Amino acid sequence: MSTVSTSRTKRQSSARPTPPPSLAPRRTARVITTIVLCFVLVYFMAPVVWLFIASSKTTAQLLSTGSFMFADLSWGANWSALLEWTGGNFPRWVLNSLIYSCVAGVAGTLISVSCGYAIAKFQFPGRRVLLAVTMGGLLMPVALLTVPLYVLFHQIGLANTAWAVIIPSMVSPFGVFLGQVYAESSVPTELLEAARVDGASEARTFFTMVLRLLAPAMLTIFLFIFVATWNNVLLPLMMISTNELKPVTLGLYGMSTYFSPNKGAMMLGALLGVLPLIVLFLSLQRYWRSGLAAGAVKG
Amino acid sequence: MSVITSTAPRRPMSSADQATSPEGRTKTTGRQRMGRNTRHQAISGWLFALPFALAFLLVFVLPIISAVRASFFAQVASGGLYGGGERQDTFVGFDNFVTAATSLSFWRGIGRVMLFGVIQIPVMILAAMFLALLLDSFMVRRPGVWRLLYFLPYAIPGIIAAIVWSYLYQPELSPFAGAFPSMGGSPFFLSPQVMLASMANITTWTYTGYNMLIFLAALQAIPTELTEAARVDGASGWQITTQIKIPMVRGAALLATLLSIIGTVQLFNEPSMMRAVASWMGNDYMPMMMAYNTMMGQISPSGSGPASAISILIAAVAGVLAVAYAIVQSRMSR
Repeated sequence: MSTVSTSRTKRQSSARPTPPPSLAPRRTARVITTIVLCFVLVYFMAPVVWLFIASSKTTAQLLSTGSFMFADLSWGANWSALLEWTGGNFPRWVLNSLIYSCVAGVAGTLISVSCGYAIAKFQFPGRRVLLAVTMGGLLMPVALLTVPLYVLFHQIGLANTAWAVIIPSMVSPFGVFLGQVYAESSVPTELLEAARVDGASEARTFFTMVLRLLAPAMLTIFLFIFVATWNNVLLPLMMISTNELKPVTLGLYGMSTYFSPNKGAMMLGALLGVLPLIVLFLSLQRYWRSGLAAGAVKG
Repeated sequence: MSVITSTAPRRPMSSADQATSPEGRTKTTGRQRMGRNTRHQAISGWLFALPFALAFLLVFVLPIISAVRASFFAQVASGGLYGGGERQDTFVGFDNFVTAATSLSFWRGIGRVMLFGVIQIPVMILAAMFLALLLDSFMVRRPGVWRLLYFLPYAIPGIIAAIVWSYLYQPELSPFAGAFPSMGGSPFFLSPQVMLASMANITTWTYTGYNMLIFLAALQAIPTELTEAARVDGASGWQITTQIKIPMVRGAALLATLLSIIGTVQLFNEPSMMRAVASWMGNDYMPMMMAYNTMMGQISPSGSGPASAISILIAAVAGVLAVAYAIVQSRMSR
């Protein structure tokens, strides 16, 4: 456990903008590296750029104009086609995705850090079992749970409701793991002791002090759950049959299985289904790294 | 009291330890306070852990139990297939497992997944490690910008990435697919011979940046003094990379590979999406598709029993593969 925190400080101190002179590589090596990285960049970015351009074209323009050239900007026409195709439901699907991902993200983050904090800072019977089972859940292929989850939720009458998507998405063993690692390294036990001596209840200590100390971890966990919920297709595909309850990924999946889809509208839909994630991702990217770092160092 | 709680997170001890030997601790705390503290720890700990524990029970444990139970039953359709209530569950013992385990299409699906994984996972992990080593080597200015752009595909939902690539694979839409010959009536990238590679490309595109970040985090945990000392001793950049950096990210490689094996076994989005543009693909092309379509009544025998049996078999195969990999890995590093 202590190795986690020490290596984290090392990593922070080694966020090094300039290398020590002895490690500076030669100029030819730098040029070759940059060229290689540029080729890789084209591979990673070209589909994203293509999606953006394709979303501005009608199907006819997609077939007739150069792939990476803008034609007439037909976003308006594609938008009306998209609305007509989905019976006006498209904005609703995006909203559904936002709601499911936010609710699952907030609730999932709270229960994860609370459990991680308990494992890190309290002795209770069954603690080790809980820890072991959670770690097992980390390596569980969750898609395989979808079939039995559907059977279960069908029996208790939750299938085809928003809860059928939200509740399974809330449960993140990775979140507990991250919460535990952070609580161990950044919630001083002396502080908890002091609060107890002062007569503060455990709940009060948790909500006023601990959560504040764990804020960076919570943002990371929120991001992971939000994105996982947004990206999940199999779960809503199993659970949701009402058109109005679909998240945007499921809606797009349904649209793509049409015999001859309106390709321009499809591309605009795909772009709009991605945009909120890209915004969230770019604005909060450093929290991604801290989460992955904890996993890598532990692993 | 402070002695127990301050050592608690470091050295987990079971409640039995505390209950049986309370005298053996310190003299400054009385026996009574110790007992109260233990109980306080137990109650508070459980209250904080409870919401997650209950949710975990509902979402992980109960489905596993119900899947195991369901796998011993078959659904005899007396009503519609989607009726749920009208279906009659009949106990059939291990029949569902036998049916799935002797089904050619199940093992074909497993075979495709394994072929996919054996090629795609090493390519992706090595590419991720290569990129991480380059970005960690002071050879480029502003590694943060590269890192961010390489990681960006991970923000794109798998199903949307699959939609975009399935369009990029169609010659009439794509900037590059027209340059490839069609294979037996299908476009090159959508033909039976190339399909697995086309799907492997989609997952590689999505997850290489993610794995690269895992490697970068591990690389940055290596103290700079270590590489600098090696350099002072006359080691070349190549030697530092192969003899210090790569051995030190072995743990990260193990983690990334294990997660990739688990992800590959449950591949669903990419094959389902590709099926929309390549109609020759069966609805049992990959095992997870087979489980889903069995559940939904599109593959016979259908219903929750056969579908649960397939899911359990897939999980067993995944477990065997992951354990086998871990064993091989530890043999090799010895």
